[in-house]
Amino acid sequence: MPMDSQDIARLIKARFPDAEVTIRDLAGDGDHYAAHVVSKEFKGKTRVEQHKMVYEALEGRMGGVLHALALTTAPPRD
Amino acid sequence: MSEQAVHDWIRKTVANNDVVLFMKGTKDFPQCGFSSQVAQILGHLGVAYRDVNVLEDLGIREGIKAFSNWPTIPQLYVKGEFVGGCDIVREMFQDGELQQLLDNKGVASAKAIV
Repeated sequence: MPMDSQDIARLIKARFPDAEVTIRDLAGDGDHYAAHVVSKEFKGKTRVEQHKMVYEALEGRMGGVLHALALTTAPPRD
Repeated sequence: MSEQAVHDWIRKTVANNDVVLFMKGTKDFPQCGFSSQVAQILGHLGVAYRDVNVLEDLGIREGIKAFSNWPTIPQLYVKGEFVGGCDIVREMFQDGELQQLLDNKGVASAKAIV
């Protein structure tokens, strides 16, 4: 079930107002995305913790309507 | 199995096996691209691991998500500890961190011996 890339970005930005969110539609089908999220809130967090924070921002859609979201996260470079 | 029994089974499985991959399909016949990628990485590193096919048991398929508090499959455990899903495992492999983690945890891999 497709989900609009702007909706994904909006949900992430709502949780991380400082975030730089880059979303690519991998297959052009509105169903396979790669998201890169950079936020200072990730500082000092493990990768698992960072990804969990993003999944929480997506409010349960990950693994549901969002089957294929390749995720990378990072704190901003100093 | 009840939810409690499923969690007990998962806890026992990740305690009794150094490396466990919860995946869709099996290591020899993955049935999802993400599971396949992680299986390939572990195969490339020459790591012995236990594969659990979540497609064979709906209780485990949903139970592992609650157990790890992680919404997707595959899920990799090393020495009882949740390492991550496909994206994290791939990123760690590319950065050499996965190999490091396996070494630190004393898990034998072909690359470590060479």
